Amino acid sequence: MSDSSEISPVRQVSWVRVAESLAWRELARFFRQRNRVIGAIGTPLFMWLLFGFGLERSFEVATSENTKTSFLEYYFPGSLVLILMFTAIYTTISVIEDRQAGFLQGVLIAPVSRHAMVAGKVLGGSVIAMLQGTLFLGAGLFLDVSWSLSQFSTLVGVLFLASMMMTCIGFSFAWKMESTQGFHAIMNLVLMPMWLLSGAFFPVPVSGSGQISQEVLHWMMKVNPLTHVVSLVRNLLYGVRLSEEAFWEPSQSISILVIVVATALFYALAIKVCKRPIASDLK
Amino acid sequence: MSDQLAIKFENLSYHYGDRQALKQVGFEVYRGQLFSLLGPNGSGKTTLFRLLSTLITPQEGSLRVFGNDVSSAADLVRHDLGVVFQTPGLDGKLTAFENLAVQAVMYGLSKNETQVRIAEVSEQLGVADRLQNKVDELSGGLRRRVELAKSLLHCPRLLIMDEPTTGLDPSARSDLWNYIRRLQQSTGMTVFLTTHLLEEADQADRIAILNEGELVALNKPEILRSELGGDVITIESQMPEALLELLSSEADLDARLIDGQIRITGQSDAFLVSDLHRKYKSHIQQISVGKPSLEDVFITRTGHRFWGAS
Repeated sequence: MSDSSEISPVRQVSWVRVAESLAWRELARFFRQRNRVIGAIGTPLFMWLLFGFGLERSFEVATSENTKTSFLEYYFPGSLVLILMFTAIYTTISVIEDRQAGFLQGVLIAPVSRHAMVAGKVLGGSVIAMLQGTLFLGAGLFLDVSWSLSQFSTLVGVLFLASMMMTCIGFSFAWKMESTQGFHAIMNLVLMPMWLLSGAFFPVPVSGSGQISQEVLHWMMKVNPLTHVVSLVRNLLYGVRLSEEAFWEPSQSISILVIVVATALFYALAIKVCKRPIASDLK
Repeated sequence: MSDQLAIKFENLSYHYGDRQALKQVGFEVYRGQLFSLLGPNGSGKTTLFRLLSTLITPQEGSLRVFGNDVSSAADLVRHDLGVVFQTPGLDGKLTAFENLAVQAVMYGLSKNETQVRIAEVSEQLGVADRLQNKVDELSGGLRRRVELAKSLLHCPRLLIMDEPTTGLDPSARSDLWNYIRRLQQSTGMTVFLTTHLLEEADQADRIAILNEGELVALNKPEILRSELGGDVITIESQMPEALLELLSSEADLDARLIDGQIRITGQSDAFLVSDLHRKYKSHIQQISVGKPSLEDVFITRTGHRFWGAS
């Protein structure tokens, strides 16, 4: 034990080690709670099989190569993104739990920058989501996908980046929430509609069809960053684009750019949000 | 003298909207002391603790820890502080060792240092054999000790604790106090803790008493008690107002009616209790005499009882 007459050492705190350590904690917590692992992957898997087989006979999407893609195939990238989203939500809910349990207070009063704290939380959440997504990719072996190493590694990279984006969004909402119930409300109001309007469940209609409903849908889906994730994953998986006459799809380079920029913006938002004191700290 | 100071609160005020939680609070804590901040619930203790922990920043006034201002030099203050909050800050899904290791990283301890310090503090606090247990599996008393170990890892000069014995059974409470006392005596570390338990505050070297956001007393507990002088007589009666009048007019005593009880302070006449009992038997339900306690100090300074204050 140190003698109090000495000046206690002011050590250099490495933000990389802090982020690593907090990220490791997220992983340990997540995988030690088996119900979370099952919840995050089970629901989307079940939905994929249910909707995929259920709508197989009534839903086919034309591709640019005059072929048809089955709903099971069409819905696979959307299910993958849903897994990333569920996992990102589960891991960012832990911000609320950490605050309630008192762990967060300990981080806030440590000589640690908020930047390191956000990096740790986001990194941890993203790695978990990416691992869950990669696991789900295994189901793709039953689909008509010709796998290559470069395609697989690019896909995993995209999954990681998309996970980061969703974890940052989840974190920004969760930071201000005092209860997990409030977070579920936000999830239903914001995150689920974002997913539904991402081309996960139905393709983005082309603009200029003359119908207002289609025009509104087109623009809402076009500006949604998740649309770019779903489209990029679909293109990387199947290597075939949807029919350009009926549906809108962004190019791969545009999608990558949108995902990178959106991730950077949401990360900056997460840092900005957590620098403000929240109501429960001021009661 | 200022280099003898561990903490200096100066005209500190804090409000939550319209509610004033602290009003111009000013006092000092000397290095190496075990200092207790006593107050009923809602007295402003937790606000003062949050300010000291750097969780919130002062709105008015200043607060310095070893000369460093908590607002402008928060990071320097944080290196000096070991903090134990009222709500346990441990992660129940991790083992005690893992919790300590995460904390060590946040305070910049190297890997070797972490191993050495975890072994040292866990030995000191009697949790060395429980390091591999998940925190969820530990008893409340052990959790508190792991929490304390966590706050001591980086060798802070000042340990601050917010009602550290809350939720503990009497034996775990007394255990924790023994550990705190031993640590403070063996290391000379300054310890600042808040409590709403009068008997705990009595064990400190110096205490401050807060009531409704204001400082009402500051000194060694024995000096505060001795300032009252003599004994304290407490009388319970069905007609306390009538009895109070009789005592003031006939017996010429300095009696006060506090929350339904009559209290007479500063008396050293050994026969007064039996005299009063004989004379006002019909009015008295119960009469007792004792040495002044910190509650008597609180009552004298605030005009109401400690437990009725919240």
